[in-house]
Amino acid sequence: MLKLFKKERMWQRPELKRRYDLVIVGAGVHGLATAYYLGSQHGYRNIALVDKGYLGNGSSGRNTAIIRSNYRTPEGILCYDASVKLYENLSRELEWNLLFSQCGHLTLGHTDASVTGLRIRAENNQALGIDSRIIYPDEIRRLVPAMDLSSRPRFPVLAALYHPPGGIIRHDAVVWGLARACDRMGIGIHPHTTVTGMRVENGSVQSVVTNRGEIVTSAVLNATAGWASTIGKMAGVSMPIVSHPLQACVTEPLKPFLNKVIVSATLHVYVNQTDKGELVIGAEIDPYQSYSMRATLPTLEQMATYTLELFPQLHGLRVLRQWTGVCDMTPDYAPIIGTAQEVKNFFMDVGWGTYGFKAAPIAGKCTAALIATGKAPKLIEPFSPARFAAGQLVGEKAAAAVST
Amino acid sequence: MSFLVQCPQCGHRSVYEFRFGGEVKQRPAPNASEAEWTNYVYTKANEAGVQKEWWFHRSGCRQWFQAVRNTVTNEVQESFFPGDTT
Repeated sequence: MLKLFKKERMWQRPELKRRYDLVIVGAGVHGLATAYYLGSQHGYRNIALVDKGYLGNGSSGRNTAIIRSNYRTPEGILCYDASVKLYENLSRELEWNLLFSQCGHLTLGHTDASVTGLRIRAENNQALGIDSRIIYPDEIRRLVPAMDLSSRPRFPVLAALYHPPGGIIRHDAVVWGLARACDRMGIGIHPHTTVTGMRVENGSVQSVVTNRGEIVTSAVLNATAGWASTIGKMAGVSMPIVSHPLQACVTEPLKPFLNKVIVSATLHVYVNQTDKGELVIGAEIDPYQSYSMRATLPTLEQMATYTLELFPQLHGLRVLRQWTGVCDMTPDYAPIIGTAQEVKNFFMDVGWGTYGFKAAPIAGKCTAALIATGKAPKLIEPFSPARFAAGQLVGEKAAAAVST
Repeated sequence: MSFLVQCPQCGHRSVYEFRFGGEVKQRPAPNASEAEWTNYVYTKANEAGVQKEWWFHRSGCRQWFQAVRNTVTNEVQESFFPGDTT
């Protein structure tokens, strides 16, 4: 009974040791998930997770928390499907409620070209056993009665790709649950520890230099999303990544009226209503490269304009907050997971662009297997860093809602 | 962060009038190795700091030019037509 009133720390503040088997740079969902699976499946304990800010201050806490697997390429679909299945069991595994709500996900088609794109995705999804199909305005109206399906908008809704297992999750809870699980296994979590350099000798990283001292390590994992290039540069690893800001906003709460995630690539907007009733609205990536995390008025205007095309009754709604994350965009809108060609103990799980949060569990599990065994699992083989030189790009752009 | 870009022809204009054309790179010789060409096509410095980059004044004079910008603060330090300065 007394324990009820006892404050329990989710994770401790262990001392930063001088030597680790693995240093994970970036303690967001990807870094944490990798550490979690290394600990739970491969028996690793001597791992340091370092992050320059507090836990979840990067893209792990700045995304719109959408989970889905209705991608376009077979490689992508299999990977994201495995991730959704891991998310389905993650609350039980971590003994921490992640508030995962598989409310259903609608990708709208407003032009013949976009409906063709949705059709390709539906066919590929169904061939791989994903619950995903094309629906038309009569059924869309039943699922989302609040949406304007008339011919009034500039781009009326013609069809939608309906993906029932898609949904939303509490993204902070995912970070906290994974951090607590890692901490309980004895994996050191070190927020506010900035990596400033790396010592590379004979083609392998010897140590990581941080603002809290130098750490000798046998291997390094780069899981820093938008800052992947800056960490790569310290080890002399170059990457085909460009960092773009991505903005989102949240409105004041309303009575529940929308229980589906609505995505429109034509209007560059995605909307869902949270359990508290707020609307979370996301935009496309900013059209220029930047590491700046300041939000902009033109993007807010764009989010509002396009949301009103779909839901004109929201015209008086006030915005509570707007924020920006930095996304590591790759040329083919697919991630880069593998070992650096130049430095043999430098692993990377980067290039997740605007779709990294939903893939965190499977990326973590596969990266953990790669680090522990030295061999990439089949699921992530197509995402190897060598694919660019080989000309085997994955071509996932059509399924990213926020491509410019 | 929204910011102004200085077009060498039209002066300071909103960034939303422009199309971003990526960092300036040195094009390899036609007979360069495949590795050099792969590097040119895909690899990016993705500088967190000052870099030289291409911009196109889409809603203005419709000219391609180069600008020196800090990618962390979005401050544009100078801009010019390629070959004019620096």
